[in-house]
Amino acid sequence: MRPFDYIRPTDAADAAERISGAGVKAIAGGTNLLDLMKLQVETPKVLVDVGRLDMASIAEDGAGLRIGALVTNTNTANHARVRADYAVLARTILAGATQQLRNKATTGGNLCQRTRCTYFTNTDQPCNKRKPGSGCGAIGGVARLHAILGASDQCIATYPGDMAVAMAALDAKVHLTGGATGERTVPVRDFHNLPGQTPWQENVLETGEIITAVTLPPPVRARQIYRKVRERSSYAFALVSVAAIIAKEGGKIARADLAFGGLAHKPWHDPRLSELLVGETPSPALFEKVADTLLDSADARGGSDFKIPLARRTLIAVLTEATEDQL
Amino acid sequence: MTAYFKQDGPVDGAALDGMAQGVLGRPVPRIEGLAKVTGTATYAAEYDVANLAEGVFVTATITRGVVKSIASEAARAMPGVLAVISEARMTTRAAQGTAGEAPEQEPQRVSYWGQPIALVVAETFEQARDAAKQLVVEYDADTGVALDPATATSEPQEDEAIDMGDLNAAMQAATYSVDMTVETEGHASAAMEPHAAIAAWEGDKLTVHASLQMLNYNISELADALDMDETNIRLVSAYVGGGFGSKLGISEDVVAAALASRELGRPVRVVMSRQQVFQCIMRRSETWQRLRLACDADGKLTGFGHQARVSNLPGETFAEPVLQSSHFLYAAPNRSLSMDLVRIHRMTAGSVRAPGEAVGMPALEMAMDELAEKAGIDPVAFRLRNIPDRDPEGNLPFTSHGLAECLRQGAEAFGWESGTRKPRHRREGEWWIGTGMASAARVHNASEAKARVRLTADGRAEVETDMTDIGTGTYTICAQIAGEMLGLPMDRVTVSLGDTDYPRGPGSGGSWGAPSIGSAVYLACKALRGQLAKRGNIDEADLVLKDGAVEGGRSVADLIGGEVLEEIGHYEPGTNEHDYTSSGFGAFFAEVRVNHWTGETRVDRMTGAFGFGRVLNEKTARSQCLGGITWSIGTALTEALHFDPRDGHLANPDLAEYHVPVHRDVREVEVLMLQERDPLASAIQAKGIGELGMCGGAGAIANAIYNACGVRLRQLPMTPDRVLACLRD
Amino acid sequence: MSETIKVNGSDHLMPADARVSLLDFLRHYVGLTGTKKGCDHGQCGACTVLVDGVRINSCLTLAAMHGQQEVTTIEGLGTPDAPSDLQKAFLEHDGFQCGYCTPGQICSATALLDEIRAEWPSDASDDLNAPSLSDEEIRERMSGNLCRCGAYANILAAIRQVAETGA
Repeated sequence: MRPFDYIRPTDAADAAERISGAGVKAIAGGTNLLDLMKLQVETPKVLVDVGRLDMASIAEDGAGLRIGALVTNTNTANHARVRADYAVLARTILAGATQQLRNKATTGGNLCQRTRCTYFTNTDQPCNKRKPGSGCGAIGGVARLHAILGASDQCIATYPGDMAVAMAALDAKVHLTGGATGERTVPVRDFHNLPGQTPWQENVLETGEIITAVTLPPPVRARQIYRKVRERSSYAFALVSVAAIIAKEGGKIARADLAFGGLAHKPWHDPRLSELLVGETPSPALFEKVADTLLDSADARGGSDFKIPLARRTLIAVLTEATEDQL
Repeated sequence: MTAYFKQDGPVDGAALDGMAQGVLGRPVPRIEGLAKVTGTATYAAEYDVANLAEGVFVTATITRGVVKSIASEAARAMPGVLAVISEARMTTRAAQGTAGEAPEQEPQRVSYWGQPIALVVAETFEQARDAAKQLVVEYDADTGVALDPATATSEPQEDEAIDMGDLNAAMQAATYSVDMTVETEGHASAAMEPHAAIAAWEGDKLTVHASLQMLNYNISELADALDMDETNIRLVSAYVGGGFGSKLGISEDVVAAALASRELGRPVRVVMSRQQVFQCIMRRSETWQRLRLACDADGKLTGFGHQARVSNLPGETFAEPVLQSSHFLYAAPNRSLSMDLVRIHRMTAGSVRAPGEAVGMPALEMAMDELAEKAGIDPVAFRLRNIPDRDPEGNLPFTSHGLAECLRQGAEAFGWESGTRKPRHRREGEWWIGTGMASAARVHNASEAKARVRLTADGRAEVETDMTDIGTGTYTICAQIAGEMLGLPMDRVTVSLGDTDYPRGPGSGGSWGAPSIGSAVYLACKALRGQLAKRGNIDEADLVLKDGAVEGGRSVADLIGGEVLEEIGHYEPGTNEHDYTSSGFGAFFAEVRVNHWTGETRVDRMTGAFGFGRVLNEKTARSQCLGGITWSIGTALTEALHFDPRDGHLANPDLAEYHVPVHRDVREVEVLMLQERDPLASAIQAKGIGELGMCGGAGAIANAIYNACGVRLRQLPMTPDRVLACLRD
Repeated sequence: MSETIKVNGSDHLMPADARVSLLDFLRHYVGLTGTKKGCDHGQCGACTVLVDGVRINSCLTLAAMHGQQEVTTIEGLGTPDAPSDLQKAFLEHDGFQCGYCTPGQICSATALLDEIRAEWPSDASDDLNAPSLSDEEIRERMSGNLCRCGAYANILAAIRQVAETGA
């Protein structure tokens, strides 16, 4: 860890001002940032501890819900309304990490979680994300946790988190402040970038900009499922995960919002899937078609080949489960 | 006085069983347990030493070559930095178990990616870690370095090779046969306590607090590395946070801390990071294995072939002994066993819990399952039919043989449904459910051991040896043996371990710790009993001691009469090692579920039945078996080292991506232990148990996966991708 | 900065170097080595402590981030003379072998009992609103604490005993 100045700002305005400089990082839970600082993947000169700012509450937001950026993962999953109305969100959070980590990890930090690609965290290996122009070590290397959708020749890393996958399925919105445009709102589905030629630009946050909250739209009556496939039964990142919010009416699918983890540089949402499903009667053939569509551009570039059939089967399993016991 | 015994034949079993205290074998809680559960047990890095400097390793970023230059000056200019050590005596890898001499030194010569090349020492850990990361190193890197075990140069291991009869002919003539290959990936010990050392000098005397398993060998290894006299070295490992082979030989931290401390004239602590522990200690080699088994119509094995290929760095003699139990487990007149060692530049291969059988036994037991199926015989019955009366290669008798009994008892406890078996016969929702079984075997060894036992004037016993307790229960079983022999309740026995100022024990490794050190403690106590008997004017054989007194007579303290009585027990294996084949045996039964959609496998329940001679402590022995079964689950389903194909660096050098089992991976586990005495295994009729519990267990899980979903996997671990690749709809 | 951290009831001055993790602060500055460093990256749970009653990995947080907060370590839960119920149960059920992960396991288990009482859900909860005290629940909630010796079955037994009998 490089030396840094540790600053605890007095309020949000103070924080915003301090965060705007170069080499400055905001820290809240710290579970990802400190991990990377120890490895010197992250080397901030100033650490602004926003952890005690007043952004740690969950409030009604019309019929929806507003989750402050500093609400811990634990408090989100435990919240009565999240459990009752947004079960998929509670489930994704609980499927991630451990109780100890969820007690520290925050909403904002979790959205900004960086990839677990071993070539990114190993500073003695090439990585275009960490060191632009050095190459992608994962291509041609050990790449079991890597992308099959939306990757580029510069980077095949995946976004590792669970929570954001549910938020993408729910079509939640991220609220930002401190950037050039002032306050703004970005759908979670658009918050993360694909790697393209600039894999270090992982999300839309501008310099000095911070997340203040995530808002969830009004709840819908639907079956909410999160299925996470992993190599051990707990405390492991997803090989593939699926968040699904599916409602049926009169035997036909009335609503189908799907998002995927472990497949890409961002929580993956493909609007074509809803279009294929809504209005249709559930059937194995329909689910096959949806899976074909999801994976029509899949390219594993080596080690993660297995994710293509795995994603396909996991999606079919989730769709089957979501529709079989609903009238 | 020294009570020396060399075991050339069976011991008389009556002595220990005839004692009156009744503490041996009982499920006594660990005597050091209270310290562990309250956080007051002191591990290597935790000694409160004044004026301590902190050292952090810098490791190589090339696969092979030489270090051209190290920018030490720039590092030394950083805040708090005291020194950059890169001298030739630093070791570049851990010593192999029982080496007794220094491993490779000269850190400027790099032979694997991640090898230690320098140590940065600073006032604080934070300063040292930063400076180590900043250190600029230039290399001359070699190209074209061998990294792929499938294509690298191979060396046949003559010692392992056996050819009896004609296996090819037996395969041709067999009614049923299997010829299959199994591949297993590398493993890491991943003990929870990282390797750590605190070194301090007083004049020419060096004391190192370290995390080591075998101080009796480690002291020689350190003396050799530093070119100094053993008598000037003291090693202390009172508590060891797990070893599993990774702490058999001295690790790089021990030597580096000693050298840095010498140079700076103050104590130095070196704690390896978790990544460094993964990258520069020991890996279990990946294996490639070919099994050829032939049997007649009655299911009698007629041919037995086991061929293996493992890897290591050039110059290392260790070759994962995959065939170890294959030599004697099943009878078959036509046998061919052979092994090749290939040379590649991945990190050092060495001992990881149960070297050999951990991966050899699952492969063999997978093949046995396939052959039993072909022959239409229940797999338990198939194994029972092929247990030899004598070692089929050396024609030696076994010291004791509990396999048949373990198979029967295990099957009954598990509720094994015998008869013809069909895969894919049980499905619950998305899950295929099935059962499988395997035999367990792990060679038994004993080793020379010494322990001092002292009876104090107040009638207490003190046991002292440099033997270690790495979680195995040594503290407690030593106290139980002394308490049993001397008629003392547990609270009147103290045990001091892990200090080379005490007599040399056998070290913790190869499962020989408890039987060997237990024998030494037993011999010392037997001699003390002789002294007490003399003082009481009775025959030692008639001396009944209980609760600190001669039964119905004088107290031990009274007999001692204000003196201190002391004996050193010295045990050594003798001709029993050559005249017999000795092994622990057992059987595993597993029930698993395999997800039809995702290929995920969960082990719902496992039963292990084991026979390993005398059970010294029911509680700690059971825990050893539970640990082995937990490792079996990891071996079967999750554990694999992944090496980059281009530079050989370990790509998952941490506990996030090297998947040891978590709580939730281990569901119902049942352990049965035979009541057995093995008068040839050791002076206390006990065999080793630390490794037996994982020698074959992964095979039972593999066989259960087949029974569940119809997939015969030939690669471990059986991760979801591998299951799915073979699963039919 | 003259800020302090309360550890097991006593105040301790912050280290001058902001880089010091809460874990290293406890081990190197306060002298409480019961909290263990197994991986230093939040991957093993050996460093688990309670901060204001909530369990966290002390390796993945800075001491500086916890000014005026109250840290409870294994030494604060019980002592050899007066061990806690869980400490006694771990001893009785042999819920450890080498002992290195044990303080973290016990800190986690201490918090777990409170979390179940407060009806926090887990990944193993069939009903998010009514978590039970099933074995699977305990295993999932303890999965952030690795034990390489493989004492999991015994740890479960120890926790279950305290959860059911309160001792």
